[in-house]
Amino acid sequence: MTKQLEKKHSLAIRWLHWISFPLLTIMIWSGLLIYWANAVYGVKIFDYELFHFFPTWFYETLSIPFRLAEGLQLHFFFMWFFTINGIIYVIYLMFSGEWRALLPVPGSFKRAALVTLKDLHIVKKLPAQGKYNDAQRIAYTGVILLGAASVVTGLAIYKPLQLGWLTNLLGGYEWARWEHFWIMILFVLFFVVHVVQVALAGWSNFRSMVTGYEAIDAESKIPESAHNEEQGATI
Amino acid sequence: MNERERKSKKMEAEVLLEKVREIEAAKSKPDEELPDKNNTSKILKENRELSAPMSEAETKKILSAKSRRSFLIGGATALVGIFGWRWMPDETKQSILRSTFEFNERVSQVFYRPKRFAPEFSPELAGARVNGGEGLSGDFNVADWRLRVGGLANRMEDLILTLDDIKNLPRVEMTTELKCIEGWSIIVNWAGARFSDFAAKYLPKTRSGNAPDIQNSPEDLMRYVSLVTPDEGYYVGWDLPSILHPQTLLAYEMNGSPLLAEHGAPLRLASPTKYGIKQIKRIGRIEFTDERPRDFWAERGYDWYSGH
Repeated sequence: MTKQLEKKHSLAIRWLHWISFPLLTIMIWSGLLIYWANAVYGVKIFDYELFHFFPTWFYETLSIPFRLAEGLQLHFFFMWFFTINGIIYVIYLMFSGEWRALLPVPGSFKRAALVTLKDLHIVKKLPAQGKYNDAQRIAYTGVILLGAASVVTGLAIYKPLQLGWLTNLLGGYEWARWEHFWIMILFVLFFVVHVVQVALAGWSNFRSMVTGYEAIDAESKIPESAHNEEQGATI
Repeated sequence: MNERERKSKKMEAEVLLEKVREIEAAKSKPDEELPDKNNTSKILKENRELSAPMSEAETKKILSAKSRRSFLIGGATALVGIFGWRWMPDETKQSILRSTFEFNERVSQVFYRPKRFAPEFSPELAGARVNGGEGLSGDFNVADWRLRVGGLANRMEDLILTLDDIKNLPRVEMTTELKCIEGWSIIVNWAGARFSDFAAKYLPKTRSGNAPDIQNSPEDLMRYVSLVTPDEGYYVGWDLPSILHPQTLLAYEMNGSPLLAEHGAPLRLASPTKYGIKQIKRIGRIEFTDERPRDFWAERGYDWYSGH
């Protein structure tokens, strides 16, 4: 069968992507060491608490208790790399034009719902797409916004006097801490869905985030776009 | 209405009907027959990079070569990261993390403006929470308490003050949020003297040896303040700009009554400019110094600056 190699991810994207993985892990881990010292959040319905962050077994299994100082040290060291990595990523997307494949477009939310139905095996057909489908566009743009929100809420907790206007904007010091916590939970949810989807998409897709390339059927019409043929880039 | 008119009416209706049919047909056409309509890749004009067509064997060959290279580089980087951190001596790690705190402190000081104020709240919102008893143990009699002050201009030995000396300074009241480094916060109503008023009356030494001038050349003053409990069980260090902030008080009242023992009677520091660990209770001695003072929690791995 005739095949074509498609360049899916540039070197910069691959490095930024893989660097962000340990950085986010360390930020969440050190955040948990800090959170433990005042573990007050839970999911409540009226006054009944469905789930408390976090149960004792969770802390003990991961040996989190009494490591606040260590958590603060790690958090305020790796925050720089986490932020810088994110800023470089956004700048790179802007100037490389790769934002075109990533940003949601009109109708994305509607089609993302169809993608979700397809993933749940409720409908059969995927809507037409480019490099990413519309659910991916929303998720990958969303996670960048999540990164920005984690830095902004983090700063509001870190310097609530010098950045008082920001803390105020987020609803005050206690709200900013609550928001910072839930952003972490959303990051974890993103991570879980992302890993499951990558596992389902298979080895070839995963490998493309390491090597940059993926082999596709030359006859394949997915995704169709007229300028594919014009490009005919050599690798 | 004659025959001709009727005919032309009929034709008009047919033309309209045909148009409606066309529109309906276009609507019901499936997406693949209208590739451009819904293809998101066209909306933002994304580009794809494709190689020339080749055999499957060829792609396998190229991809396995690329895989080997990429996985080796990626794997090696991951191993260097993991084992580099693992095998790094604890002292090296500690010194990196401590210098990061100091680096962050310098960044904070670049952006520090003494004119920025922490928000104040209504005194009705005030509460209390006891946390931390270091330096408060042992026999202590408030009546015998005196405040010793060192590092003053034109003076070698400590100055001894009573609570009345502090109370003679202008009385200031504020209701601010006390933030604990553990992550909780509580609104507290304080009354006391501004530390800046205290320093204006009991002038610190200067670095140059010239007469101190808080208004015009604060940078010539001792750069730090050390505060210690009478039993020396708890001690904190402050940078001069933060302790001279108008919201940093030598507090003797809390929520409308004189300080209780567990909150640091008879005199403590209260300030929304730093975490609670810096707001030392039961101050025994204050010293203006040019050396960075030792600090109880900084010695236990926390940020010396701990400033907001």
